[in-house]
Amino acid sequence: MDRPATLSKDAHVELLRKMLLGRRFEERCAEMYALQKIGGFCHLAIGQEAVSVGAMSTLEPDDYIFCSYRDHVHAIVKGSDPGRVMAELFGRDTGLSHGKGGSMHLFDADHGMLGGHAIVGAHIPLATGVAFAAKYESRPQVVLCFFGEAAVNIGAFHESLNMAALWKLPCIYIVENNRYGMGTSIERASAIYDVAQRACAYDMASETVDGMDVLAVRESVSRAVTLARRESKPTLIEARCYRFMGHSMSDPVHGHYRTKEEVEEQKLKDPVRRYFQQLSSQGIIDQAGLEQLNAEVRTIVDTAVEFADASPEPPASALYEDVYSEPYGPYTRSQP
Amino acid sequence: MPLITYRDALNQALREEMQRDPKVFLLGEEVGVYQGAYKVSRGLLQEFGDRRVIDTPITEEGFTGVGIGAAMVGLRPVIEMMTWNFSMLAMDQIINSAAKMLYMSGGQFRIPIVLRGPGGAAHQLAAQHSQSLESWYAHVPGLKVVAPSTPYDAKGLLKAAIRDDDPVIFFEGETLYGSKGEVPDGDYVVPIGVADVKREGTDVTIVAWSKMVSVALKAADTLAAEGISCEIIDPRTLRPLDQAPIIASVQKTNRCVVVEEGWEYSGIGAQLACLIHRDAFGDLDAPVTRVTGADVPMPYAKNLEHLATPSPARVVEAVKHVLYMD
Repeated sequence: MDRPATLSKDAHVELLRKMLLGRRFEERCAEMYALQKIGGFCHLAIGQEAVSVGAMSTLEPDDYIFCSYRDHVHAIVKGSDPGRVMAELFGRDTGLSHGKGGSMHLFDADHGMLGGHAIVGAHIPLATGVAFAAKYESRPQVVLCFFGEAAVNIGAFHESLNMAALWKLPCIYIVENNRYGMGTSIERASAIYDVAQRACAYDMASETVDGMDVLAVRESVSRAVTLARRESKPTLIEARCYRFMGHSMSDPVHGHYRTKEEVEEQKLKDPVRRYFQQLSSQGIIDQAGLEQLNAEVRTIVDTAVEFADASPEPPASALYEDVYSEPYGPYTRSQP
Repeated sequence: MPLITYRDALNQALREEMQRDPKVFLLGEEVGVYQGAYKVSRGLLQEFGDRRVIDTPITEEGFTGVGIGAAMVGLRPVIEMMTWNFSMLAMDQIINSAAKMLYMSGGQFRIPIVLRGPGGAAHQLAAQHSQSLESWYAHVPGLKVVAPSTPYDAKGLLKAAIRDDDPVIFFEGETLYGSKGEVPDGDYVVPIGVADVKREGTDVTIVAWSKMVSVALKAADTLAAEGISCEIIDPRTLRPLDQAPIIASVQKTNRCVVVEEGWEYSGIGAQLACLIHRDAFGDLDAPVTRVTGADVPMPYAKNLEHLATPSPARVVEAVKHVLYMD
């Protein structure tokens, strides 16, 4: 069940392909947002791809993930169809959630994607509950729960880690530490800067990992997955990463809370370029190979946009569907 | 038919549902070793073990979220709120996660969870332990809200709630736990969303639920001695509301008094009054009148608490008011 730490050449290329797909998808989202094809809040994960791609490369298909509202890349990496993701962002009936969730609420039951959740940290207890259910039914599944570093200050984080450690639940908490909760730096929000330290309060295993290094993330999460599957124990992993875009589409890349110089310096550590250079130096892929991969993922993204654009909006009849499991009942009287 | 307490009726429902379906489990503060703060879960730990009867830390938001997560992947959790007063700590999970998950996932994730525990005032528990929060939860699409008044309804509705595929907010009455009523042994279900006529009458309709039904019944006895006939409708479920029997009764009596333990402002009674005015306006011989908890935090002093709580005397007064007898 445990994946070997060493990867085949093909597996390396596949990791790079996923990171590229995430990057190109998010770039297209920015364009579509500017064209007002995408509405509402839209949070891009450009710069953070190594965390989701590295972490999920350790999973079996029936394992689960939860994530925050910065969830497009997570859904695609977990296996969701990019066309259905884009259609959801467009608010179309063919979207993963039939246009009712939007950018922040991507769900895909067929691929163990248990949501994009938009109240900071509120999905941490939910992930803990799914791990509880796996253990309750003696299923060998694990749960990865992704959230930003700002979420570690909410009560639900602590309540969840306490229960996960107390009850020995196979949940892996992955902090995507991009250093800013919206515009508030971790130094201005947290009494300690070393997020992984927080695990010691619950006698929980923890690791800090370079979140700009996909293989480092993979190895760290792989250890946690083994601990979860073999001993049903949780782990807290702090992946130090950086987002190259603003908090959301309405936030400029730099300005009030971080400087242009800081962003440019971080971009030198671009996880996609860095991984390509690593693979290139090992002779696994060359520039032509990279261009071919880029062409492939661009086609996928183009197709996703075309699919979303050609898809219908949800019918008006969908308004009252899925409020309850059964047809909307006697409380329909206020309906027009 | 055996005469048992409301507490034991709930206990039977839990036991029978846990025997019937291995996906049902009970989780909350003091539900296991302590046997439940109000002894509703007495004996369940001994029968089902600590895999299915789980004591939690004092961590309402956390354990409510754990239940919702477990429900997302097919378990059927029963989460005990030691009292509904503490549920405000879990409000985000109940409203943002449980109530909305099915909708915002486009129908992919059902949340078959029951959140249950006592609500309302007991005896001198003061401001933080005496609240009736039905209207808060009934406001939210995606939730079902149940508030049984008798042991029979409590058992049948709890079974229905556990078998329901949507989140059910189940209000028990803190002072009803010791009340007795006839309850059949074995399986039966009281469907969610079906009202019950607790007393037939012709002059005035009284709508009441949970422990306000007994307040209304006492008032009706007093009024009967004066020749006034009250019909008491117990909606039993506040969302979805079974509107037809309420409207039919008002069309018969032409008068309605709503008795609600909670606060008047934006209460369930306001919704009922709106419905009656909309659907039975031409039948009304008097405005719908409400008897509610006083618009104050619950005081501790016995005399003040009594003044803040609906009483049979106040219901008698309201009935006479809609009959223009005051």
